[in-house]
Amino acid sequence: MSQGTFFGAGFPYRSLGDLPGKLVVLEGSDGVGRSTHIQLLRAWLESEGYAVSDTGLTRSPLTSPGLDAAKQGHTLGPRTLSLFYATDFADRLENNIIPALKAGFIVLSDRYFYSIIARDMVRGADPDWARKVYGFALVPDLVFYLRADVQTLVTHIVHGRGFSYWESGMDIRCADNLYDSFCVYQSRLIDQFDKMSEEYGFINVDATHSIASIQDTLKKQIRTLLETP
Amino acid sequence: MLKRPNYKGKLIVVEGIDGSGKSTQIDLLYKWLQLQGKTVYFSEWNSSDLVKSTTRLGKDEKMFTPTTFSLLQATDFCDRWENHILPLLKAGAVVLADRYAFTAYARDVARGVDPHWIRNLYSFAFQPDLAFYFRVPLDVAVERITSARAKIKYYEAGMDLGLSENKITSFRLFQQRIIDEYEKMIAEFGLTVIDGTLPVEIQQKEIRKLVTKGLRGWASLPNPNAPRPARRPARRSPAPATPQKENSQ
Repeated sequence: MSQGTFFGAGFPYRSLGDLPGKLVVLEGSDGVGRSTHIQLLRAWLESEGYAVSDTGLTRSPLTSPGLDAAKQGHTLGPRTLSLFYATDFADRLENNIIPALKAGFIVLSDRYFYSIIARDMVRGADPDWARKVYGFALVPDLVFYLRADVQTLVTHIVHGRGFSYWESGMDIRCADNLYDSFCVYQSRLIDQFDKMSEEYGFINVDATHSIASIQDTLKKQIRTLLETP
Repeated sequence: MLKRPNYKGKLIVVEGIDGSGKSTQIDLLYKWLQLQGKTVYFSEWNSSDLVKSTTRLGKDEKMFTPTTFSLLQATDFCDRWENHILPLLKAGAVVLADRYAFTAYARDVARGVDPHWIRNLYSFAFQPDLAFYFRVPLDVAVERITSARAKIKYYEAGMDLGLSENKITSFRLFQQRIIDEYEKMIAEFGLTVIDGTLPVEIQQKEIRKLVTKGLRGWASLPNPNAPRPARRPARRSPAPATPQKENSQ
């Protein structure tokens, strides 16, 4: 990315300097297979001799314990949740992603702020407000949007970690049970991602295809990015 | 100005640098309004139970950047907003806030975040009915802080900005920046300036006068626990304007 650009004012109190690394984001729904693809990409990139750093939502050491605890309770309001996520995101961006980019790493980000905005929108937040919160965010080099229909997500979830309160949007209770709420909630999120895809220039990837075929698509794009001077 | 939708309650906030005396004044106001039989709720900056442990961690380990510090304080404010301030304003209470969005606008900008960005972050908050800004010269605030407390804390002194190795010097430089931001906001947000160098009871008298004026003709949410004088105002002389002096710091 060399000279980083921000969506808004960035971090006015610090100069970014040169960022020789690359920021590659995988976005998409819960259960779409992002983490699998990040693992595979990491192994591939390392075999090609690139240093890789990966990051993902809620992994900030500053906010992780507090956010986990807050999600266990029932007083966490939608905007408070959103701002907690924003704090997590900012902490990882400043203390993790930017230093890695400075050191020439390829940063693979499991989700970016787009997911947070999508969740905000589904919970009725003002789109302009939510977008401006992320004025400090770096514009990534590549954003892949792994897109799958709700039925595919259901299959992955059932054979994976099972239905959960937050992934089913039970805080806004889209239905009276986990399964139906999951379907309604995830389809609303997909609508939001679809809208953002054009706005932010996502590369849409059909996540109903085989893992190998998805990897081919991702690798092709990443290789082009890495070969661009 | 912030947005000002219709709600039944009244929102009164105090602002100013550390050592400006605002907490003393809002505490006196809180007790006085209770005596008046009003339904009053008090909310303090950085007091959300949900966010507390994270703030503690960040401060103890000095993990904050200006942006993460700002965002976490917004999270704290928002938790209080969603769970207390907003529902109580809708219900018709008087909500008193010791520090409000303007604290973030002053302090986070003094720390280096973008003024427009921070204004958007808190734009969900309502314009208060009354916003008092306690103006004190830096020397007065420093004198009060250093004589009343064991030591100034790391972030309070703005030590994270690397302005000076010396805590008092850093505190002075940081607080002066905050004062500059507050001064700019007087017109922007219609802050009412209170001379924080006046005796406590004189300031309180002025504040009660302005609050009385602000609440005139407004029906408070009934308070079943109100003291007797407020329920039978006709039998009593009008609201006493004599402030009770309390321990001031």
